[in-house]
Amino acid sequence: MSYVGIIITFVFVENFILTKFLGLCPFIGVSKNTESAVGMGFAVTFVTSVASLATWAIQKLILQPLGLAFLQTITFILVIAALVQLLEMVIQKISPSLYKALGIYLPLITTNCAVLGIALIAVRSNYNALESFVAGFSAGLGFLLAILLMSTIRERMNTEWVPKPLRGVPIAFITGGLMALAFMAFDKALLRNLIG
Amino acid sequence: MGNFTKGILKENPIFIIMLGLCPTLAVSTQVVNAIGMGVGVIFVLLGSNIFVSLLKNFIPEKVRIPSYIVIIASFVTMVDLFMQGYAPSLSKNLGVFVQLIVVNCIILGRAEAFAKKSNVKDAVLDALGMGVGFTLGLLLISLIREVLGSGTITLFAIGNFDGVIRLPGLSESPVRVMALAPGALLVIGYLKALFNWTEARRSKEATA
Repeated sequence: MSYVGIIITFVFVENFILTKFLGLCPFIGVSKNTESAVGMGFAVTFVTSVASLATWAIQKLILQPLGLAFLQTITFILVIAALVQLLEMVIQKISPSLYKALGIYLPLITTNCAVLGIALIAVRSNYNALESFVAGFSAGLGFLLAILLMSTIRERMNTEWVPKPLRGVPIAFITGGLMALAFMAFDKALLRNLIG
Repeated sequence: MGNFTKGILKENPIFIIMLGLCPTLAVSTQVVNAIGMGVGVIFVLLGSNIFVSLLKNFIPEKVRIPSYIVIIASFVTMVDLFMQGYAPSLSKNLGVFVQLIVVNCIILGRAEAFAKKSNVKDAVLDALGMGVGFTLGLLLISLIREVLGSGTITLFAIGNFDGVIRLPGLSESPVRVMALAPGALLVIGYLKALFNWTEARRSKEATA
């Protein structure tokens, strides 16, 4: 698949949150205001891009040549956890202001299903190094898009009247459901028309 | 006994604590997938709770999270390989979500919140309760989605029975959207609202 195809696929057609439910916990938990939603979105994009490249290298250069593919789950999650820790330290050193903005969200990302999800999906789809990186980057962008939309809707909803049992999490899920319905317009047929 | 029953209703992982939702919604299109996922999660939860509880005096406080993750990932690998070997069609249906049990927050959550400060017996009861609660929640969501979305109930194939119960009327003209992605979010949203409502009513009755 071409790079444009991969980007459109993971940002719109197979949006991680709205079609695959990966990364749903931060989607509901951190979408109360736009500022933190954007922070979380960028942090996730950063980690998915780097992590999918790193896990590609580990899968192709270490696990497969040594016939250790069954250790995939353990190594990937450890690599992601180490990577998140490393990124935290590097960002703290290089750009304290970015660290301040992302700081609290970075440790949470280790257990974000989206990161391990894109790493595993990229390996299963047999992407090459650059394709894996692009897939990771666009999966993160898709996450950013969805959480940004969600947070603006929720900010707006604060001023509206909502039936009591639906307040908070339930209405957030229903909003997400309606957004997913809208995203169904982006399907495989549209993708074929766009990139031929 | 309280350690077992609290996970089923009072602290149900899906509806009350709201942890581990990612795999929940993705595999809830068919009842058989929900059962498979539930069994996988119960096994991993049981294994990780037992080992975390056994090793609680040996794991240094600072590296506890990575240690828990290694324990959990080992059990997930077991489940993954076992499923590939003995239930290949289930493994294919669940796809990448079997491996994603690693990042299911319930398991790490129970290790951190319960198993690391309890004895093995309590940890086992807690794991079983939470696991059964998770499976029941998943079953409820998948039952609603499959009945409304495709008008069928898919179970295991035994002998001549192909494992699919077709409901007359619904299976000819199902509410297709329930089986697709938006349906999952709508179902869990309304179920959570229902839980909130009954909870509010019960506490009102208690004070009245």
